[in-house]
Parts: sequence; C-alpha cells; structure tokens
Amino acid sequence: MYFKETSVALYTLVRKEVVRFLRIWTQTLLPPAITQTLYFIIFGTFIGSQLRDIEGISYMAFIVPGLIMMAVINASYSNVVASFFGSKFQRNVEELMVSPVPTWVIIAGYSVGSVLRGILVGLIVFVISWFFTTPDIYNFGVIALFILLTSLLFSLGGLINGLFARKFDDINIFPVFILTPLTYFGGVFYSIDMLPEFWQIVSKFNPIVYMVDGFRYGFHGFSDFNVWLSLGVLAVFVLLLGGINYYLFDRGIGIRN
Amino acid sequence: MNAIEIKNLKKKYKNGPWALKGIDLVVEEGDFFALLGANGAGKTTIIGILTSVLNKTSGKAYVFGHDIDKELDQAKRMIGVVPQEFNFNIFETVFDIVCTQAGYFGIPWAKAGERAEIVLKQLGLWEKRNAKSMSLSGGMKRRLMIARALMHEPKLLLLDEPTAGVDVELRYETWEYIKDLNKNGTTIILTTHYLEEVEQLCKNVAIIKEGEIIANDSVRNLLNTVESQTYVLTVNRVPNCEKISKYNLNPIDDSTLEVEIGINGSLSSLAQELSLNDVEIMDARPKNNRMDQLFLNLLKK
Repeated sequence: MYFKETSVALYTLVRKEVVRFLRIWTQTLLPPAITQTLYFIIFGTFIGSQLRDIEGISYMAFIVPGLIMMAVINASYSNVVASFFGSKFQRNVEELMVSPVPTWVIIAGYSVGSVLRGILVGLIVFVISWFFTTPDIYNFGVIALFILLTSLLFSLGGLINGLFARKFDDINIFPVFILTPLTYFGGVFYSIDMLPEFWQIVSKFNPIVYMVDGFRYGFHGFSDFNVWLSLGVLAVFVLLLGGINYYLFDRGIGIRN
Repeated sequence: MNAIEIKNLKKKYKNGPWALKGIDLVVEEGDFFALLGANGAGKTTIIGILTSVLNKTSGKAYVFGHDIDKELDQAKRMIGVVPQEFNFNIFETVFDIVCTQAGYFGIPWAKAGERAEIVLKQLGLWEKRNAKSMSLSGGMKRRLMIARALMHEPKLLLLDEPTAGVDVELRYETWEYIKDLNKNGTTIILTTHYLEEVEQLCKNVAIIKEGEIIANDSVRNLLNTVESQTYVLTVNRVPNCEKISKYNLNPIDDSTLEVEIGINGSLSSLAQELSLNDVEIMDARPKNNRMDQLFLNLLKK
C-alpha cells in the first residue's frame, strides 16, 4: 500500500474506534468519571483528611496521579479488547482482513483509538480532581510520556487478549484477575516507602508501580524509583507487545482458521 | 487474462476433514461463473482462501495474475466479496459501513462519500444511509453487503449465496444488478443454492463435491448432458399405465401423473399416446428444472 492510502486506512480505523467509544460514552467515559469521583470523595476527603501529608503534600493531592493512571489503564485496555473482540464476534473484522491494510496499520489503528480514549478519560479525571484539590504540574513532558506509553502498552495488551478471546468471558479474565489487583497494589493509594520491607520487594515486581510512580513524579517531582529507567522499561515493553501483536496478526492467530 | 487461477488447492481444518482435496480451477476475466455444491462441499472455503479470511494448507492461487502468497495486497485490491453471513457492525450506519470499507482500501472519506451515494442509490439504500444497519430488513442487509463490496470498484466480485433468504422480487432485482455489473466488465463468481440462479445468470459452472471438482464446463454444455427430465402432468383421468409401454408413468392421485422423458421421447409424443387412451393433458410442468436434475445426477455419481 502506498503512503497516502496507508494513511487513509489508518485514519479510517482510528475514526471508527473514536466514533465507537464516543457513541457509547455512557459505557466508556461516564463510568470512570463516577468511579474516580467516588475514590476522591471516600479516600481523598473522608479518609485522606485523617492522614498525614506524604512528602509534604496532602493525601488528596498524592492520590490524584494514581487515580488518573488507574482510569487510563482500565480505559485503554477495555476499549481495545471490547472493540476488537466485538469485531471478531460480529465477524466484521473480516472487513479488515479482505482489504489490503498492512498489519502494522491494524495494530496502530486499534491502539491509537484506545490511547485516545485513555487520554480522554485521564483528562476527565484530571478535571474532576480540581473539585477536590489543586494538582501540581511538576514536569508536563514526563506526564505526557507516561500517559502515552502506559495507555499504548495496555492497548497492545488488550489487543492480544482480544485476539485470543473466544467468548465474552475471556475478555474479562485478565482485567478482573490480573489487572485490577496489580493496579490496586500499584501504589495508587500509598507510597511504596510506606510498606514493610517484604511488600516493598514484592511491589518491585509489579510493573504498574513504576507507571504510577513515574506519573506521580510528573505531578509532584518525587518518586520511589528512577523515572527515566521506568520510562525505558515501559518503552521496551511497548516494543515487545507491539512485536507480539505483529507476529500474531501476521500469522492470523485468533482471527484466521 | 484469467481472473482466477487455482492450482492443486488443499485445505484441512484443524481436527477436521479435508475441505479441499486439490482443486484446479480457472475463471476467465469477464466470466459469470458459478460454484455449485451441497453444504460443506468447499465453496465457501475457496472464497475464504482467495480473500485471505482462511489460510490454505497447500496449493497456489492467483487473482488476475497476482500470487496470493507473494502479492496478497494487489490480489485483494481486485476482489470485492459478499460473504454468506451478515458481517457488518450492526451498530454502525449504512453510510459509515460502506465508507469505512472504502477507507480500508485507501479511498479518502470525501471521495468514499461520493462513491457511496452512487452505489447506495443503485441498490436502493440511499434513503437508509443514516439508519443503523441493525434496523434494516433482511433484503436491505443483503444489498448493503453488495454495496460494501463494490465501494473500491473491484474487477472481481465474489458472491457467496447473495440471495439466500431474499424474497423473489428482490432476488430478481439483485440478479439484474449483478448481470449489469458483469456486462460492464466485472468478473462474477457466484455460489448459490438456487440452481435456477445458475441457469439464468452464469456462463460457466464448476460443481464441487466433498472438496473435489466433479464437473467444470459451460452451463449450456452441462445442461445438454441431462438425459431425462421428470414432468408432473395434470390429466382429466389417470389411465392404465401398463398400456403405455414407452413411458414410465407414475400415478400420484386421480388427476396427476409423474413421467420421466428421456432423450428418445418427447412431451408431444406422450400427449399423442395418452390421447389414444382418452387421456387429455390439462397442464404439464417440470418436476425439477434441468439444472436441479443435472446437479442431482452429478451428486449421485
């Protein structure tokens, strides 16, 4: 496919994805807004007001980056897995298969659509946080890089899940049993330094800890780990999942008999 | 040039039987070609492989000279496909479905919109362009599938049972539309269960049985091989059938006879013989059409 045609195909797929999640905004944009508002009220206002400051900032301000990141991760992952599995289930993925769209465009199209939903959800939660506190912005570049790479990583992960899923139950197994526990134990509500030594070591094996920690650095200027190392690891995982996706799509695994 | 050239194409499904056992097939450019076969014969598998929805086990396939193993993108550009089952997003509008498909072929949205207007008007769907596809009737959904397949102006249209479940009026309208496409140069490959469709529309036909082609010729030549035809006759009275020795008459009720007429007989000579026995034919109609007969004969072999 020539460059112009490839660009049109990519735009078409991204457009389709964006139209989809905007059309069903009550399922895609509203729930994270409500859930994170509840977190702000319960953990930030009711419980947080009883807690001491962390690294000199209020508990409410401390949890803002983590709650944004939590919403971004869930939105990015669930967008692509639901959309792609829906396409498989209704068989309209065949529209893509019979057309000359390069493999990388299919992966990029679905991923960009999910990244856009992730960023939009992140912005919504960020705006909501202003009703409870005034968040700092220490380094916008770091915030942008972490939100972009994290949403991209989970989009690619969701796409792999969508490829292997054979029934609707299969698209919920990973988010419910893996993603949710990792996110809750990912330092959204606490600093790793606050944990006993054993749990600090265990936490270091949770990739979401690094994402939340690095993202929080962008807001407040402090972190438990080296931010650039976290970014580097994140970038490596993005490339790895991108490669796995390419292999699976190219071989037709999960979509072609 | 050949629109399709298939050499020793084989397909085995995982944990299943051989769906294709080494098919050789050539369809010339401009042809109106039928792939006939019972359910599970392998027709849809061939279409699936040509459009890369299915992987082949072995063999070669070329679309307008493009090897699907080496030049798949070029091959795909030549093909428009109308699958057997509805496979569009039921939550999307008619307009979005066809324009999205065009976009996948690199046609910008504005240009796709112009093309959509032409195709949707031709297929009587323009008024429904903003309707969600789930709200369409069965016939409209069929036409939407055809419209979607034509958005990139393919040189080859693969129609997998395009008129299944469509009422008679709409079926004839669809036939006319497809015939016009063929007249204007689009090569058509059709799979269907309506054998009348093959007789009315197609120039050439391949009959597939259990993954093998058992006949491949022009429709006319194949029909000429039909040696006998069974007629259902409505008569004023049923005669003593044993007296009419030349024909094998089978009484159905007091006013209906079934008779098989071979190449040495004719309906008029039967009428003469019956009249000698004071039997008058009020009505005569073929039990099956000739294509049905041919199809059944070949499948029995």
